[in-house]
Amino acid sequence: MSDVPGIDAQATAHVNISRLSKTFHGRKGEVHALKDIDLEIRRGEFISILGPSGCGKSTLLMLLSGLIPATRGRIEVGDKVITEPNADIGIVFQQDVLLEWRSALQNVMLQAEIRKLPVEPARERAQQLLKMVSIGDFEGAYPKELSGGMRQRVSICRTLLHKPPLLLMDEPFGALDAMTRDQLQLDLLRLCADNAMTVMFITLSIPEAVFLSDRVVVMSPRPGRIERIIDIDLPRPRRLEVRDDPKFVAYTHELTEIFKSLGVFREEN
Amino acid sequence: MAVTTDAADAAPVTGSRSPLRYLNVVSPAVWTIVIGLIFWEAMVRITNAPVYVIPAPSRIAVELYKYWPRLLVNAGYTLSEVLLGFVLAILIAVPLSVLVTYSRVAERAIYPLIVATQSIPKVALAPLLIAWFGYGMLPKVVIVVLLAFFPIVINSVVGLKSSSAEMLYLAQSMGANGWQTFWKFRLPQALPYVFAGFKLATVLSVIGAIVAEFIGADRGLGYLIVMAGSNFDIAKQFAAILVISAIGMTFFAILEWVERLAIPWKTTQDATGE
Repeated sequence: MSDVPGIDAQATAHVNISRLSKTFHGRKGEVHALKDIDLEIRRGEFISILGPSGCGKSTLLMLLSGLIPATRGRIEVGDKVITEPNADIGIVFQQDVLLEWRSALQNVMLQAEIRKLPVEPARERAQQLLKMVSIGDFEGAYPKELSGGMRQRVSICRTLLHKPPLLLMDEPFGALDAMTRDQLQLDLLRLCADNAMTVMFITLSIPEAVFLSDRVVVMSPRPGRIERIIDIDLPRPRRLEVRDDPKFVAYTHELTEIFKSLGVFREEN
Repeated sequence: MAVTTDAADAAPVTGSRSPLRYLNVVSPAVWTIVIGLIFWEAMVRITNAPVYVIPAPSRIAVELYKYWPRLLVNAGYTLSEVLLGFVLAILIAVPLSVLVTYSRVAERAIYPLIVATQSIPKVALAPLLIAWFGYGMLPKVVIVVLLAFFPIVINSVVGLKSSSAEMLYLAQSMGANGWQTFWKFRLPQALPYVFAGFKLATVLSVIGAIVAEFIGADRGLGYLIVMAGSNFDIAKQFAAILVISAIGMTFFAILEWVERLAIPWKTTQDATGE
């Protein structure tokens, strides 16, 4: 992570997005989901994309993964230009997308089966990942038998099994209750610290973005543009208490003010 | 953790304390049948109903025993028609539903026709098929296929299309090829639907074979029923109906058992909170 001495100095660009635009052709005509996005993500960085719904956050993630093609512009991940689905990544969606017919462990192992990784080391890593997020005892349970938070943790373990250098997360904790969400944020930070990764995290929550990130990218809607990028200078490892830090409060305040000025929040007074 | 639903657990709790608790050793449905049979037997004896109108259960049992070898041979014919037709229906319907799912051309050229022709009463085609294929096994098997085919195709297509967009994105992001996407994502996702189609098809297969035998046959349980009917031998008819019902129920039960083996995750219940 960027707060580790020495890494920051040699941090190189991992993702390079230049003049990226995406237009959807719907029944009601053209929808400009994203317009002229320029963004550089450093290797090992945790970057959050924050914005109201409809600002093209998810579109950005889909473009980055190569699952949908760009209308204009260019995306480079590492030294690869993204033109087709990129398998060198991990994606976590808001829905956990666990396969109901596989146990928790088998769901994680799916990644190894599809990628034809050697079974034994993969199984060891899968079990170790599940233990790290405290569901080692439930590795034999079917998704149906797990709570929403546990399911999403299994899904994160599945995504991390093959040690993807780039992790894309699309509102992964959006469907969870506030307490489960806090716990999963802590779990995620620990997993990130143990698996040197670049993370792009999409969220609708200002405190979540500040708590997790090295940088927060603020987006505004219609068409989706980058409004501002804010560096989050808080110590790592982040603990829950950091939320009481005056600097944390100042960041959330600053972000709230930006959204107010964008007309996302309207207050009576 | 995994809790498997069990019919025994579903028995009413109050039953375990009542004086009737010993009755719960067998399924309550069995007692309903037993009471029904006693009532039937009593009514026939009290009213002295003639045997060519309604025979008593005891009389049917005797007929079943006397008639057993002949019933068995004819049940064998009917069963072969049912099984052959059922298997052929699966062999045609499942690949066809894969084709409809994967090919837009097939989806637009074939699938609407399948759905539209589903409303044709297939048994109405039976006389036609007998005119074409004679009195042997073939027209019966064709009728069975026609009846069993539709629920399998419709359910399989719905099942194969039930994979969410996210699931298919996930497959792509893992670098899954088309083959892996089918075997590891789409097909297991479709299995509960496919089995629902199979189970409907078992019932329809038996109906198809019997109706085809009604119209033109020289063997089989349907043929026996028609023959017994023309002799006003109602007890024999009941005996044949009993055997048909037993075949139908056993067939359905076997499918349910296979289903439970094939998709065990469907029988487990949520029992974990966090």
